[in-house]
Amino acid sequence: MIKFLTLFGRYFLLLKKVFSKPEKPSLYYKQTMHELVYLGFNSVGIITIISFFMGAVITLQTIYNTENPFLPTYIVGLGCRDSIILEFSSSMIALILAGKVGSNIASEIGTMRITEQIDALEIMGVNSASYLILPKIIAAVLFNPLLTLISICVGILGGWSVVIITGTMTPEDFIYGIQYAFIPYYITYSLIKTVFFAFIITTVSAFQGYYVDGGSLEVGRASTKAVVFSSILILLFNLILTQLLLS
Amino acid sequence: MISVKNINKSFYDKKVLDDVTVSFESGKTNLVIGRSGSGKTILLKSIVGLHEVDSGEVWFDDVLFNKLDFNGKQDIRKEMGMLFQGSALFDSLTVEHNVRFPLDMFTNKSPLEKIDRVNFCLKRVDIINANTLFPSELSGGMKKRVAIARAISLNPKYLFCDEPNSGLDPITAILIDALIKELTEEYNMTTIVNTHDMNSVMEIGEKITFIDDGKICWEGTKHEILHSDCEILNDFVFANSLAKQLRSSDK
Repeated sequence: MIKFLTLFGRYFLLLKKVFSKPEKPSLYYKQTMHELVYLGFNSVGIITIISFFMGAVITLQTIYNTENPFLPTYIVGLGCRDSIILEFSSSMIALILAGKVGSNIASEIGTMRITEQIDALEIMGVNSASYLILPKIIAAVLFNPLLTLISICVGILGGWSVVIITGTMTPEDFIYGIQYAFIPYYITYSLIKTVFFAFIITTVSAFQGYYVDGGSLEVGRASTKAVVFSSILILLFNLILTQLLLS
Repeated sequence: MISVKNINKSFYDKKVLDDVTVSFESGKTNLVIGRSGSGKTILLKSIVGLHEVDSGEVWFDDVLFNKLDFNGKQDIRKEMGMLFQGSALFDSLTVEHNVRFPLDMFTNKSPLEKIDRVNFCLKRVDIINANTLFPSELSGGMKKRVAIARAISLNPKYLFCDEPNSGLDPITAILIDALIKELTEEYNMTTIVNTHDMNSVMEIGEKITFIDDGKICWEGTKHEILHSDCEILNDFVFANSLAKQLRSSDK
């Protein structure tokens, strides 16, 4: 319990350091732009591929599980749309990003720690925590909602494509289902979750990397811990936010 | 002038600095020597505040450094330059951007002025035509030189060097030592160099402090070190068989 509280305390102390006034905002801006490309744009490819296939699979599964003459076929489009918006494009994509971006952040910062690059920043009088972590948080919080929107669009496109390719139902019915009883708030809900998840991924991973002590083995361990802790927190906050936002 | 008074530092149950009191003179190359694991690096990192001391005082001129808050420490650190054992250059930045980093962070110079200063610092450490190279493309000696260039880019008052010539061949090591001494005199810095290399001691040592098992055992000059009565120091200074033979024939 004491270990957990110590960890918790250290995490919030790090956050306090991260959110202190930047030494030179223009340099932070430059760094944030770099992180937008590095953490954001570079994730578009994998998100697109995963979303397309997941959308296709969700659609197929829904088709095979709703083969019932009493159920209208457009329900496939509706089910596919809601699954993608409510859960897949926010939570699943966050879990994937926790693996890709989280391990990247932890290993990058961890390597900087063990090679004394963070000490070098401190000696120069730079707030290393803020300089290294804040741009990553801003970049992820700004860009991840965009990734979620891309994921939603591509996921639905994947579903539509599989409908055309397999011919299991008419594309018109699928599109009708996509449009049927649409609740715009679901998009807002999904984006709010994404912002929280982006914050969790960047701060938890950065925390693991920032306090690495030892050598390359510890950097590897920190990377693994970053992914595991981020994923658990994402699942926990998914539950909390769903209760708060949809109840 | 930098002085530390009665500082103690422990990691868990192990005491690594035991009531250390020592002062380092301005405009001189102050050497801290000792065996590996004797506490040299911890002393240096405690002085610059990378490690919090358990008790004692660290003074930078008339400022009690270790009692300052985070922002106060950061202000003093802007007057420090440090050369780390592994150079600690930023992997993702080129040589030019590494040296330019402190200028970008803490000055309002124009880009042209910054480039001039970067080129001046790189020329001063004999690094020419390497501005666009990344640290991974440099040799060990070049990395140390670039790290020195970065350390002096803001004209620091204090320079700290942790094992500056570890992993270097003897000729490059002497060149790095000479460079540190020249820069110390040129900029009138207070320089502290951690080393266990006796060549460095004889080349650049002006004030030498010997540390063993976290305690200061001896202080003096490079001339005095050869005639000391301190047995632990003599074991360290005359560690190799050639030095032992020379010493016994001298006696």
